[in-house]
Amino acid sequence: MGEHTDHDDDALIDRLQRGAFSYIEKYVNHENGLVADTSRDGSPCSIAVVGFALSCYPIAVENGWMTREAAAALTLTTLRFFEASPQSEQPDATGFKGFYYHFLDMKTGRRVWQCELSLIDTTLLLAGMLTAFSYFDGDGAEANIRELADALYRRVDWQWAQDGFETVAQGWKPECGFLHYGWEGYNEATILYILGLGSPTHPLAAKSFGGWTMTYQWENLLGSDVLYSGPLFTHLFSHAWIDFRGIRDDFMRRSGGDYFENTKATVALHREYAARNPNNYEGYGRDFWGITAGDGPGYRDMRVDGRDRRFFGYMSRGAPYGPDDGTIAPWAMLATLPFTRDAALSGTRHLLASYPQVCKEDRFASGFNLTLPGDDGEGWLSDGWYGLDQGLLVMMIENAKSGLNWKLLRGCPYVISGLKRAGFDGGWLSP
Amino acid sequence: MRSTNIAPQLDRDGRAALARRVRPEDWSNPRPREIYDLVVVGAGPAGMEAAQYARGLGLSVALVERNQLGGNSLNAGSIPSKTLIHSARLCAQIRDAAEFAVSSPAELKLDFTALKSRMMRVRARIAEYHAVDRLQHDGVEIFFGDAKFSGPITLSLGTTSLQFKKAIIATGARAHPPNFPGLDEVGYRTSTNIFDIPELPQRLAVIGGGPLGCELAQAFCRLGSRVTIIQNDPKFLPREERDAAELLSESMARDGVDIMLNTTVVGAHAESGTKFVDGQNYDKKVSVPADEILLSIGRLPNVENLDLKSAGVVCDDGGVKVDEFLRTANQDIYAAGDVCMSHKFTNVAWVSARMAVSNAFENKRMRHSEMMIPWCTYCEPEIAHVGMQVWDAHEKSIPVKTYTVMMQDVDRAIADGEDDGFVKIHVRDGTDKILGATIVATRASELINEMSVVMSTGIGLRDLARVIHTYPAQSEAIRLAALAYEKDNPGRD
Repeated sequence: MGEHTDHDDDALIDRLQRGAFSYIEKYVNHENGLVADTSRDGSPCSIAVVGFALSCYPIAVENGWMTREAAAALTLTTLRFFEASPQSEQPDATGFKGFYYHFLDMKTGRRVWQCELSLIDTTLLLAGMLTAFSYFDGDGAEANIRELADALYRRVDWQWAQDGFETVAQGWKPECGFLHYGWEGYNEATILYILGLGSPTHPLAAKSFGGWTMTYQWENLLGSDVLYSGPLFTHLFSHAWIDFRGIRDDFMRRSGGDYFENTKATVALHREYAARNPNNYEGYGRDFWGITAGDGPGYRDMRVDGRDRRFFGYMSRGAPYGPDDGTIAPWAMLATLPFTRDAALSGTRHLLASYPQVCKEDRFASGFNLTLPGDDGEGWLSDGWYGLDQGLLVMMIENAKSGLNWKLLRGCPYVISGLKRAGFDGGWLSP
Repeated sequence: MRSTNIAPQLDRDGRAALARRVRPEDWSNPRPREIYDLVVVGAGPAGMEAAQYARGLGLSVALVERNQLGGNSLNAGSIPSKTLIHSARLCAQIRDAAEFAVSSPAELKLDFTALKSRMMRVRARIAEYHAVDRLQHDGVEIFFGDAKFSGPITLSLGTTSLQFKKAIIATGARAHPPNFPGLDEVGYRTSTNIFDIPELPQRLAVIGGGPLGCELAQAFCRLGSRVTIIQNDPKFLPREERDAAELLSESMARDGVDIMLNTTVVGAHAESGTKFVDGQNYDKKVSVPADEILLSIGRLPNVENLDLKSAGVVCDDGGVKVDEFLRTANQDIYAAGDVCMSHKFTNVAWVSARMAVSNAFENKRMRHSEMMIPWCTYCEPEIAHVGMQVWDAHEKSIPVKTYTVMMQDVDRAIADGEDDGFVKIHVRDGTDKILGATIVATRASELINEMSVVMSTGIGLRDLARVIHTYPAQSEAIRLAALAYEKDNPGRD
């Protein structure tokens, strides 16, 4: 219990950041750069986790965890794999139209599980590629990285992904065509629109971003003014790469805030929700929060302490509208470090002091539920680790410490172009 | 649940009473006048409202009906479904009684025949308020029969001819059966005949996740059917906002409804006496077994056999075409209710009917687009809305801010264990002008009316904060939203 709590804040943060990065070191395939979705046996690669990994290699170099040469070599291996992998309508290809399937075989890099060609996961992968594009500014392998990352970004056909609509589809399958799951309201897709709008080759239509933000709601909710989206990760993913401080699109100009401040307000909302704890879940409080997408106890209805409870498996949870089954993501509080340092540290310290089992090998588990008694009676805990959680945490801690990832993409011409086409101005975007 | 053996007698009594009120067996049409101020075609909610309102103005009125007085609302829509929903809600409450320290029976028994008898009695009782003899007493001349226009100011019923100065077409709309391969062969039900089923189906497949589909899916599930609801969109209730539709999904899932979103029905077939609804969820094929299939998609206006062309009235797939003032292409003929309105609700039928009469006879220039229409989906929790949605405001470039109160934070809702839902009040940002409201709550259908009143009278959110509400009451959520506005905008009196 004491091993984490003995550290001062900075030392604790460093240790947990290093621990999170060790997931990537352990679960990357050095032959092709693919990274496992989870630590569980047989896990395929998630292309989004690869995007996080590519974004973490510069952090590893700057923190002395990898040499620059090793980071460049692994990055180049990764980019070469995607450059060479099959792009076609064949059901076992790696991608199509420049996009990639969500899950790939760790060795062959081919599509698995008949999964979808995923726009958002491809976006996160591309964000990692553009991070490499921006960081590696040397000659030789580093020049090759820039050339490949640029080519891979340019070949993505964003216009195709609009499928004739104003906004983008969420995916595509060779078996049935486009998937329209209906993105309504704010979510993690901001970076998708920005990268799509910034493309010099096949950009999204300029009005696509406005078409999406048309469904936004500016709400006064639990005492906070927020652009609402339930799961916490939706307020973090785009922010892992893009520095939204002081820049505003049309919606934020009208609302008087910005997306960075909105995440701060959302943290306040989540803490308030946890304090009110309307469903009377065990543990919830101002230092026990973090309702987001993550692993859960599994789908089951049962009676716990005289109340009917419904639990879920891996899913996107949200507050205050739900779904909420008493499961928090133990990593989520620390991931808000760049926004609300005190809240992030206070919650993380409480968690580590009270429930040290949530952080084994310095890596946080994906889900934790105190309402559902686990085998040891101390709550249900997700097995192993999820790559998305670890990669996001490494980046958010670094952004809080040095702003490295933000600085890198602030210098990326495609990101600047995408932001401007989406209507952002002010702050660091000002001439 | 208590069973009753007097249900058949009650059922017969109910049917007889209903028939007396909505279409007496021994009915004879009256001798028509030479000319009527107003002839109303169709005696559903719009037609009866128009007839009675016109009589109140002292006009001579003929009301023509092909089937029974009352229309869909009384006979196949709002009233039967709400009766069923009430019994279903009771079932759910009894099952959950232990949460409130009350023991519930080990086995919940439903007497479906008795439920149907009650449905009949409720219809008969409500029909009394609009019964044939009451309308006659008010001076409305009622004609039963198949009517069609035979000229610009003439309506014919067989050999009888009705001349009019003005007419209102209020023939309503009906369920629109889609053309899924195999569906006709296996048989299905719509809102028109779902309440005629002889017994509670063990398995029910509901096609369509609009208001009626959701209401009946949840109600039949609570009554004891195994229900699957199939919706081709990513969410239920496409007209409602995401947060409301998602709460409904969660609520239905809790009740045990099997939910299939993003699933397109492609056909139906039967095997060994079981019906199957075949669907496609992107690349996955699904086949849902069912004893009954309920189709709750699409409405078709009742315009056939009216010979609208001979009266110079134009219609299309959406129904009778009317201008802002509910006037058809024939300046002497108006339309009201489901036959011409996009919102096919009973309250819209009533209001549009009055509007048509006022425009026709009182030289009013009332525009139907200016109607403020509250509506509700009667699931648990209920979902009600009035005024603009946020996206409506965005489309009109109106800056909008929403004040939200979760029912979880409302004392009465907590005490009642009815804390699912929220109140959202949309205001023009920077002002307290209320643009619209969405309420998701156990009694949202009642709560939304406070919002309708304040919006109709122009009361702003700041003044609403000063209105004393009863305590504890679920409507406190509205007051709390107003207080949140006041806190957010201090000192602007």
